Amino acid sequence: MNTPEAHIIVRDLTMAYGSYVLQRDLTFTVNRGDVFIIMGGSGCGKSTLMRHLCGLKAPAKGQVFYGSMNFWEAEPDERDRMMRRLGIMYQSGALWSSLTLVENIALPIELYTSLNAGQIREIASLKLALVGLAGFEDYYPSEISGGMKKRAGIARAMALDPEILFFDEPSAGLDPVSARLLDDLILELSESLGTTVVVVTHELSSIFAIGNNSVFIDATEKTMIATGHPRRLLEECGHPTVRNFLTRGEARAELKPGETPVPCFLA
Amino acid sequence: MAQGELQIHKTPDGTLQVALSGEWKLANSLPSPDLVRNEIEASPRISRVSFETGNLTGWDSGLLSFLVKVVGQCSGCDVPMDREGLPSGVNRLLDLATAVPERKGARRGTERAPFLARIGESAVSFWHSVLEMLTFIGETCVAFVRLFTGKSRFRGSDLMLVIQECSAEALPIVSLISLLVGLILAFVGAIQLKLFGAQIFVADLVGIGMTRAMGAIMTGIIMSGRTGASFAATIGTMQVNEEIDALQTTGVSPIDFLVLPRMIALCIIMPLLTVYADFMGIMGGLIVGVFGLDLNIVEYYNETKKAVSLTNFWIGIFSGFVYGILIAISGCMRGMQCGRSASAVGDATTSAVVTGIVSIVVATAIITVICNILGI
Repeated sequence: MNTPEAHIIVRDLTMAYGSYVLQRDLTFTVNRGDVFIIMGGSGCGKSTLMRHLCGLKAPAKGQVFYGSMNFWEAEPDERDRMMRRLGIMYQSGALWSSLTLVENIALPIELYTSLNAGQIREIASLKLALVGLAGFEDYYPSEISGGMKKRAGIARAMALDPEILFFDEPSAGLDPVSARLLDDLILELSESLGTTVVVVTHELSSIFAIGNNSVFIDATEKTMIATGHPRRLLEECGHPTVRNFLTRGEARAELKPGETPVPCFLA
Repeated sequence: MAQGELQIHKTPDGTLQVALSGEWKLANSLPSPDLVRNEIEASPRISRVSFETGNLTGWDSGLLSFLVKVVGQCSGCDVPMDREGLPSGVNRLLDLATAVPERKGARRGTERAPFLARIGESAVSFWHSVLEMLTFIGETCVAFVRLFTGKSRFRGSDLMLVIQECSAEALPIVSLISLLVGLILAFVGAIQLKLFGAQIFVADLVGIGMTRAMGAIMTGIIMSGRTGASFAATIGTMQVNEEIDALQTTGVSPIDFLVLPRMIALCIIMPLLTVYADFMGIMGGLIVGVFGLDLNIVEYYNETKKAVSLTNFWIGIFSGFVYGILIAISGCMRGMQCGRSASAVGDATTSAVVTGIVSIVVATAIITVICNILGI
């Protein structure tokens, strides 16, 4: 196996809404080809962290690097070019409701390529077929189910063959079988296309099924308390919050009086 | 069904026995927990509180909230409470309600900020909203520059859809309102003009009134309520659905994609609707003139033609154009500023209509003053 190459480097990132600090001093690296999980309890800032990574919200402090490019301190043009290489699937799918599925996927392609309409439609249909939605090209987002919207959202995120795919809560609101199928799809895409995948989730089954690296951010400590492969974290991490999270609270881990929790950063 | 009742006995060994009977449900009026406290406070000899629920026929959260208060009172007075007599379901729920202690600092403070502080906060937030508006207008101007240099993208079909929504579909209500406004102007004018036998000047009054101001203003107000609100609601919902974020991360400027087609549509349509409204208003005046004031149709037509100059007409069209920009700005801006909840969409819509109408009236005043200074 090749030595891992850093794809996204986050350094001392602080996230804040006004004067309210959500998370501070986040430092982690996502390697090329990883399926990287951002996990943590509800309301700890997972989705906000994703917004910082994909260019929707500037950090209060700290840097995000894509390779050697300092994302937030780069020229706006350069940042736009980088953003074009990211694909993002939003929690609700966020398909543009005034466009059909095929138009949703075609829009980014129209913007950044000089293909003709027929070719664009062909590519867009192909992307829909990849996520199992062949035949639904001319449906509007309001006419399909929640799971299908998420799939279509993935197809749109992949429209420009991105280097990095972001998923915000891919399995939220899906039944277990659909959630499993979606996990398989994410894994399949990352393996066959070599795409780096960043998944924001708190769904344990997904975390163990697809993740090969992760960061755990915590709402009470307001910073990250663990990094590493989720399965190894389950075996090795001694931090009670992480243990309880990864075992659905069955570990019943608690601190002895006077003991301070030890963050667990696996290489 | 028997209502919830409460009987309190004191036993000689210092136990306060509380007997609950009947139906303890929220829908019935329930006894106050203060009765128990009064008993405890009245006789300091009481060493514990126990419950008897043999005759209790039914219960819901009403009983629970009563008991939670009693628990609080007992621990306040340091009297142990014996919960054995309570139904086991109630006991479990009570445990659940008291299991997690209240988080410190979680409760919101209820005290209000001092008067001056509140004035200051409103002033600051007003200043912020002015800045936001200026930023939005600036961004829109930049987007127009991009449009003219051919760098901006929106879909022609979106533009056509918006044009259809705000033109043909608005015609019925614009017809009705402007016809009625013409009618009203004519009636109000006729009462005065009849005194001098100068009914024919109703044609002047309605003609100039409609073309110079009222046609454009009424169209503007209708469109603000109709189209401005719809812009705000559409864009606001897109904000809630993360669709705007998705545009941004795809590299499409939401201003180009959503605001430009709406603004261009209104800039084209508002002057046209204004002309139409002028015409309908004059028709309204004509109806009153012919049927109410016994004027001849040709006479009325000639008088209108003599009175309404092209200048009046252009001022009206120009006003309509300006109102179109204002409606599009207020609708789109409130939509883009929308928060991420259903009620935020409602607020955005309300605020779009209010901003639209206020800015139309202010713009009318400014245009009138300028015309006055220029002497036209």
